[in-house]
Amino acid sequence: MEKEKTLHTAAGINPQEMKLYHPLHLLPMGKKATIDQLTLTGDMRRRLLDLGFIPGTKVQCLYRSPLGDPTAYFVRGTVIALRQEDAGQIIVSF
Amino acid sequence: MNQRNSDQKRHTVPPEEKIIALAGNPNVGKSTVFNSLTGLNQHTGNWPGKTVTNARGKYIYKNQTYTLVDLPGTYSLMAHSAEEEVARDFLCFEHPDAVVIVVDATCLERNLNLVLQTMEICPQAILCVNLLDEAAKKHITVDLDRLEQELGIPVVGAAARNGKGLASLMETIAQTTQQKKITKPLKISYPEPLETAVQQLTPAIESHIQGLNSRWIALQLLDDNKSLSDKIVNLAGEDFRKDPIFAPLLAQANTLLEQKAVSADTRKDLITAAYITKGEAIYKKTVTIANENYAQFDRKLDKLLTSKTWGIPMMILLLGIIFWLTIVGANYPSQLLSKFFFSAENWLLTMANASNLPLWFTDMFICGVFRTLGWVVSVMLPPMAIFFPLFTLLEDLGYLPRLAFNLDKIFKECHACGKQALTICMGFGCNATGVMGCRIIDSPRERLIAILTNSLVPCNGRFPTLIMLANMFFIANYQGWGGSILSAIIVTCFILLGIVMTFLVSKILSQTILKGLPSSFALELPPYRKPQFKQVIIRSLLDRTLFVLGRAVSVAAPAGLVIWLMANITIADTTLLTHTANFLDPLARLMGLDGYILTAFILGFPANEIVFPIIIMSYLATGSLVEMDNLLQLKELLLAHGWTGTTALCTMLFSLIHFPCSTTCLTIKKETGSLKWTLLAIAIPTICGIFLCITANLVLQSTLPL
Repeated sequence: MEKEKTLHTAAGINPQEMKLYHPLHLLPMGKKATIDQLTLTGDMRRRLLDLGFIPGTKVQCLYRSPLGDPTAYFVRGTVIALRQEDAGQIIVSF
Repeated sequence: MNQRNSDQKRHTVPPEEKIIALAGNPNVGKSTVFNSLTGLNQHTGNWPGKTVTNARGKYIYKNQTYTLVDLPGTYSLMAHSAEEEVARDFLCFEHPDAVVIVVDATCLERNLNLVLQTMEICPQAILCVNLLDEAAKKHITVDLDRLEQELGIPVVGAAARNGKGLASLMETIAQTTQQKKITKPLKISYPEPLETAVQQLTPAIESHIQGLNSRWIALQLLDDNKSLSDKIVNLAGEDFRKDPIFAPLLAQANTLLEQKAVSADTRKDLITAAYITKGEAIYKKTVTIANENYAQFDRKLDKLLTSKTWGIPMMILLLGIIFWLTIVGANYPSQLLSKFFFSAENWLLTMANASNLPLWFTDMFICGVFRTLGWVVSVMLPPMAIFFPLFTLLEDLGYLPRLAFNLDKIFKECHACGKQALTICMGFGCNATGVMGCRIIDSPRERLIAILTNSLVPCNGRFPTLIMLANMFFIANYQGWGGSILSAIIVTCFILLGIVMTFLVSKILSQTILKGLPSSFALELPPYRKPQFKQVIIRSLLDRTLFVLGRAVSVAAPAGLVIWLMANITIADTTLLTHTANFLDPLARLMGLDGYILTAFILGFPANEIVFPIIIMSYLATGSLVEMDNLLQLKELLLAHGWTGTTALCTMLFSLIHFPCSTTCLTIKKETGSLKWTLLAIAIPTICGIFLCITANLVLQSTLPL
C-alpha cells in the first residue's frame, strides 16, 4: 500500500483521484463503497436521500435475494433492499 | 390561528383534552407505545408501514385526559407518499399540544432525520428512544442526556414492550404540555445560499403566520411544494405570496438561488443533506457501539432466510409448520367445543319441551340459530384462534419483509411491487385488512393490482374449511402425526396455488387494463426482534376468540335464522332452500359442487367462516337421516349427500378463490373510491374460481371412475 502510494506520487498522480466510479448494483457482495452521486430523479431520489443515501455515505452490499434481485445494502445503520434498476442509478466509488 | 381550523378542533375535541401526536419511522415500536399508553390494541408487527391510518386513543394521567394520535410511520415529512403527507399535515395544521417522536435505539442515525424535521415543524417535541433493551443486547449505548442537550427537547428512554420508561414518558408529556418544561429545539442551519434566502424571508413570514416555524415555511415556499404552499396560505387566511411586500422578497430569494445555480431539484437535495449530516453529527456524539459486529446474528439469520438455496424452501416450510401446528392444536378444542354445544342443544331442547313455547319457535331458535352458532364456534374458532397468533409471531420476529425481499423479483416480472407480499400476508389474517394495507404501496397502479388480487389468498375465516376438508377427504388415517403432516402439506399447496394465482392475475392486469412499468422500490429489512411469545400468544388468542365470538353472534346467528327460514318456508311443496339449490345446481354440478354448496357460498357473503357451517345446516335441514352427535360423523353426513373426493377438492378450490366477503368489498370501495374497481375485485376471483373448479372437475371426471 505504502509502495503503491509512492509510485503514484512519483508518477504525478494524486491517489485521491484514482477512485473508480461504478453503479451501485455492481458492488460485489460484502464490499463497501462511498456514494458519489445519485442520477435518479423524482420521488425515488427523494426517498433514497431521506434514507440517508447522500453523497459521501458509506454503503455495504450485504446479500442478494434468492432470485437474484433485489439486493440488500447496509446504509447508516439500517438494511435497505433496492432493485437493480434503482441501485444502478446510484454512482459509488470503490 | 385560522378561525375555521380552531372551530373544527373545538368541535371534535373537548378543550380540556390535550392532543399528543405520535410520530416515528416505520417499525420503531410506535404502535407498542400507543397500545401501552392507551390500553387499546392496535395490531403491532415488525415490518415497515403497518399503521396506515391515524389511530386515536385516550389515556388519563393525573386527572388530565390525553388523546394520542398514532401517525403513520414515515422516514421523512417532505411528503413523497400519502402517509408522509398525512403525518405532516397533522403536525402542521391540527396543532397537537405536543408530539412524541419514537425512535429505534439500535438505528438512531437514520431515525434522526425525521426527528430533526419534526422538531422543526412542531417545537413542542419529546423524543422517546425506544427499544433500549434491544440496543443493550447489541451493546449499543445511547447517551440520553447528551442527546437532550444536542436536540434541545426532552428525551426519554424506553423499552415499551416491557412497559419500561412509559411512566416517565407520561410525566414528560404532562410537563411539556403544561409548559413546565420549555423546549428549545435545535435550529438547523442550511447550506449557503439557502440559509441566506431563508433568512431573507423569515421576518416577513412571521408577520403573516404565527404558530408555525417561519424558517420551515420559508423552506417550503422556496421548495415550491405546490399543495403544501397552498395549505400554508390557507392557514394564513390570505395569499401572502402575492402580498406587495412579500412577493418581491420571494422573487429576490429565488433569484439569489438561481444565480448560485441552485435549481429546484438541488434545493431539495441540499435540505435533505442538511438534516442527514446534522443527524450524523449528533449520532456520533451520542451513540457508542462496543462491538462493531453487533448485527452479526441478524446477518447470519438473513443469509439463511434469504439464501439462494434455502430462502424459498424455508419460506414454504415455515408456512407448513404454522399450518401443522394449527391443525394439531385445533383438533382437541374443536371436539371439546362441539361436545359442549351438542349437549347444550339437547339440554335446551328438553327445557323447551318442558315449557309451553310453540314448537316452531323452539325449532327456529335452537335448531336454526343456536345450532349454526355452535357449528361456527366449535369448528371454525379453534383453527382461527391458533393460526392468527402463530402468524403474528413470524410478523413480530421481522420475517415478513424478508419474504417480500425473497419474492420481489417475481412481482417485478409481473410489473408489480414487492411490498405486495406484505399485503398478501395481511390478507392471511383478514382480506379487508390486507386491502387497507395496500396503502404501503406508493404507485397507484401497483396498489390497485395488490387490492384487486388480495382475496386470492385465503383469510383466516377460510383456513378452517380447507383444513377440515383436507383432513376428512384426503387423509385416510386421520389420527396420528403422519395424517396431520400430510394435511398441512395439502393446505400449504392450496396457499401456494393462491399465491401463484396472485402472480398470474397481477401479470395479466399489468399487461391489460393496468398497463405500466414497475416503479422504484426501496424496502427496509428491519432488525430481527425476539418475538414476545407470551404477550403475542395470549393477546391475539384472546383477541381472535372474542372477534370470532362477536362475529358468530352478529353474523352466524342471523345466517342461521335465514337458513332455517329457507328450509321451512315451502312454495309449491318444495322449500325455498331446495328451490334455490335446484336453481344453482346446473352451474354447481359443472363446478364439481352441488346447489347447496353454492348457496352456502352466496349466503356466506357476510363472512367466510359461516360458509361451511351453512353447508352442514342445509344438509341437516333437508331431512338427513344421519344423527349428528359428534364431529367424526360429519364426513358421513357429507357422503350421504353425495360428496366425493372431487366435491371436496372443488369446494376447497372455490373456498380458496371466490368473491371477497362483504367487509372486504366495502373496504375495496372505500380504498379505491370506485364502484368499477370494486366490481372488478369481485369479478376476478369469482371467474378464476369458477374456471378452476370446472377445469378440476372435468379433469378429475375424465381420469377418475367416480
